[in-house]
Amino acid sequence: MRVHVDEQRCEGHGRCYAIAAGVFEPDDLGNSHERGDGTVDPALEHEARLAVANCPEHAIDIVEEP
Amino acid sequence: MGEHEAVVDWATDFDHTDDAWAADPFPIWDELRRTCPVAHSDRYGGVWLPTRHDDVRAIAYDTEHFTSRNVIVNEGRPIAPAPRGVAPPISSDPPFHQGARRLLLPAFAPQAIDALEASTREYCQSLVDDLQGRPVVDAAADYAQHIPVRVIANMLGLPQEDAELFRTFVTHVIEGVSLPVEQRVGGFVDLFDYLKAQIDDHITTPRDDLISFLLDAELEGVPLDANHVIGTIALLLIAGIDTTWSAIGASIFHLATTPADRQRLVAEPELLPVAMEELLRAYAPVTMARLVKHDFDFEGHTMKADEWVLLPFPAANRDPEQFEQADDVVIDREVNRHAAFGLGIHRCVGSHLARMELRVALEVWLAAFPAFHLADPDAVRWSGGQVRGPRSLPIAIG
Repeated sequence: MRVHVDEQRCEGHGRCYAIAAGVFEPDDLGNSHERGDGTVDPALEHEARLAVANCPEHAIDIVEEP
Repeated sequence: MGEHEAVVDWATDFDHTDDAWAADPFPIWDELRRTCPVAHSDRYGGVWLPTRHDDVRAIAYDTEHFTSRNVIVNEGRPIAPAPRGVAPPISSDPPFHQGARRLLLPAFAPQAIDALEASTREYCQSLVDDLQGRPVVDAAADYAQHIPVRVIANMLGLPQEDAELFRTFVTHVIEGVSLPVEQRVGGFVDLFDYLKAQIDDHITTPRDDLISFLLDAELEGVPLDANHVIGTIALLLIAGIDTTWSAIGASIFHLATTPADRQRLVAEPELLPVAMEELLRAYAPVTMARLVKHDFDFEGHTMKADEWVLLPFPAANRDPEQFEQADDVVIDREVNRHAAFGLGIHRCVGSHLARMELRVALEVWLAAFPAFHLADPDAVRWSGGQVRGPRSLPIAIG
């Protein structure tokens, strides 16, 4: 599983990096970015999905690996 | 504040400053959502009230048809022109808005806010220490209201001794909306005169705070003009105080009236971040507003230029189409896409600060007072209008 934060939609609410700090991180403005290339450690998949489900702007896409 | 006729018909003649809205707005919104999801009132020169989450969201995103030139519904219309408005960036429209907002974001990003946590905790602790031993305390007046005043005054570089004055300004700006225009404008003159003196003092003696930062700041290589600086300082002072005060007070109200949730948070303090989001959803303090730019058809309603549109994020947060058990506080709700801090480009700049203050305020309160209840339910008083929270909240300790 991979995640991607759409910079156009992210408004920096910070729900995702509060819920899944191992998957997302804030920049200096408070906007969120996926860590690394967005690949989610299987152990963090549950929190990654919760982060996606809590984003007020629907700004995070999940890219399922085939 | 001000005189207005009591509301009889909420669908055609609502007034968000009505006492019934302040005391218990939830049944009003629920009924409107079912029967008249985009309501209109002739008050304030024309004002619309969407109550469905999807409509609130659509309008928050639509900067083409709606301007933020003024975000507090009142009897007048804004004097300051778009795209900056009187208090940038909250009163600004794109594309000007983005640069004005970007200037502020680093000071309010999580990394910067983390650095304020220890001093906030110390201050909250000193407040509860002073309350120890009293059988009844007013959690709104003796605790919640002091916290954001202290924090934002420090960030801006304003004297703590002026705290009472800040509350006067806040009450005027947020609640003095039914006043005749002349009187309302007069209150703003007082606020701006006060800030002007503080700014002059910072010009003479620069320091490490947000006022000096703004005095040095540039947009596209040009220093901010004096009206921009003072408008932004006014915004940061006003917007940070009664909003956070309301969120802290409403959370303590909920825990005072819901022993099971209070006991659970005392036993499981690690649940607080999740619980806090639910309290923010259920008791979201802030309703924003827009002005219609030009005549425009919104879902079959003809909105006229210069009519107000309220954006009741608290009502959106109670929409059963968006949330299961929307009217229940589910203290461990994990999926909670609430809009307490707004949606779109005007997401509350201070949201990370507000969350830190709310979390620390509740942690310190619960550690000091693990058992408490309402001393007198009839004495609880809520502010109405666009920022709703307890203003009188007598709590019996123990």
